[in-house]
Amino acid sequence: MLYVFKEGWNTFKSIFTGMGITIRHFFGPSVTLQYPTEKMELPKGARAKLHVNIDDCIGCNLCARACPVNCIHIETVKATDDVDLGKTSTGNPKRFWLTQFDIDMAKCMYCDFCVHPCPTDCIYMVPEYEYSEVERTNLVYHFSNLEPAMVAEVKEKAEEEAERKKREREEKMRKQAEAKKKKEQAKKKEAENNGGDEKDDEKSSNPKKEDS
Amino acid sequence: MIHFAANTTYTLPILVHAAIPLTLILVYALVAIWGERKVAGFIQDRLGPMRVGGWHGWAQSIADLLKLLQKEDIVPHNASRFLFKFAPFMMFAASYAAFAVIPFSSAYIGSNINIGVFYLLAVTSLLTLSIIMAAWASNNKWSLLGGMRSAAQMVSYEVPTIATVLTVIVVAGSLNLMTVTEMQAGNDTLGFLPNWLIFQNPFLIVAFGIFFVSILAEAHRVPFDLPESESELVAGYQTEYSGIRWAMFMLAEYADMLLLSLLGAVLFFGGWNSPFGDFMGGPVWGFFWFMLKGLLLVFVMMWIRWTLPRYRVDQLMHICWSILIPLSFINLVLVALWEVIF
Repeated sequence: MLYVFKEGWNTFKSIFTGMGITIRHFFGPSVTLQYPTEKMELPKGARAKLHVNIDDCIGCNLCARACPVNCIHIETVKATDDVDLGKTSTGNPKRFWLTQFDIDMAKCMYCDFCVHPCPTDCIYMVPEYEYSEVERTNLVYHFSNLEPAMVAEVKEKAEEEAERKKREREEKMRKQAEAKKKKEQAKKKEAENNGGDEKDDEKSSNPKKEDS
Repeated sequence: MIHFAANTTYTLPILVHAAIPLTLILVYALVAIWGERKVAGFIQDRLGPMRVGGWHGWAQSIADLLKLLQKEDIVPHNASRFLFKFAPFMMFAASYAAFAVIPFSSAYIGSNINIGVFYLLAVTSLLTLSIIMAAWASNNKWSLLGGMRSAAQMVSYEVPTIATVLTVIVVAGSLNLMTVTEMQAGNDTLGFLPNWLIFQNPFLIVAFGIFFVSILAEAHRVPFDLPESESELVAGYQTEYSGIRWAMFMLAEYADMLLLSLLGAVLFFGGWNSPFGDFMGGPVWGFFWFMLKGLLLVFVMMWIRWTLPRYRVDQLMHICWSILIPLSFINLVLVALWEVIF
């Protein structure tokens, strides 16, 4: 009989304990976040969508090389001497036209490896995670801000300049070679005249071979 | 009563009187289903429905109702067609008919008959019948199991319900719910408490406890929701129902819950009497107090639902037959003795 009362008392006690807990939660705050209207702030260093501040990019290609899944494609064209691309906000001089800077977010695995090598801190992750697409190709983000016409122009100019520089270099080399020849001939004459030093002769013949 | 129906001059008043509780039930069901989801949400630290209708998703149940109305009315191939289609309406009729004797305020009662409580308990017994009808007609073993459980449960729990109602009747001396309410008017108990029956006799507090547990079982509420038990019987007798017929079951269930809560409010908490004596009295305030008391009991039922787990069938029967029934009869005798002595 005593056992029955004891058990009964325990039952009632546990029921009221449980109801006390539930009523406390009833009046307590809710943990629900009304998602599309309210959003949780992403923690610092959260890995999400990649963004490139193209104005600061110097086209060094380090991020593309660091990428383990090859989702970054960079194409650079050397700037010609007549244009000055200015400096980045970190003070590095810009020497390349960025004709293509594509990041394929469908391939990206959010490893963060591309962010750290960047010398100008221009590639980083932004707290944005709502960018799903129906077409997979829409996930390729183009960061280059050059117009196609501009790209063609820049490429042409760069090629011309490269051609010109090549020619100039060749010209220079030929002149140097000629100058050396003349010098040697002059030396030989001198040596013939003086019966001079043979060691000097060998020394000057070595760079000659490298040039050719 | 019979000559009422034959005489056409009474047809309109009868329809109006019948429409008042119906409107109340329909509005209440919409609010209560939304409220139940809100209560569940808040207890589980969620928010519940928030989108439909703007403020806290108040139109959620209306949207659900519209969805249910549009659904296809499916009858299983081997089901007993007539019984299958008829059962939900019978179930709703049973709980709706019982509202006739509930005194909503001092000015309104559907039918002021002198056997009110008896009529109410008799009519709600039809619920068992309609549940078995739905279960058996579905031709589904889980439905039938649910229906059988329901029959056993309701037949068993009617005994302690009636025994506790009888304790109140012993004190009140009337089966008419209007009379029972009227005799609870005033604020004289111990000088300040209302003259509600629960304050008048210590044994009536025990009676209310038993009554509340029994109506939980009668209304198929957790922890006694074995006929439905969605986690084991796939909603029991409702399994094969869809669309508007399922909505009728839902409506009947919520109506039954309100009915039993209101009965509890009449029997133990003074019905439409204001807790402040004559202050805030009158028919309109009476309706307000009555609904407030009923809805508070409904809230406690919801609160219990989201707190306690479900009982096993044998535990359910054990609670009823070896605890509640003896206790309620002993209590009846004690209340009777108290009434004789004091």
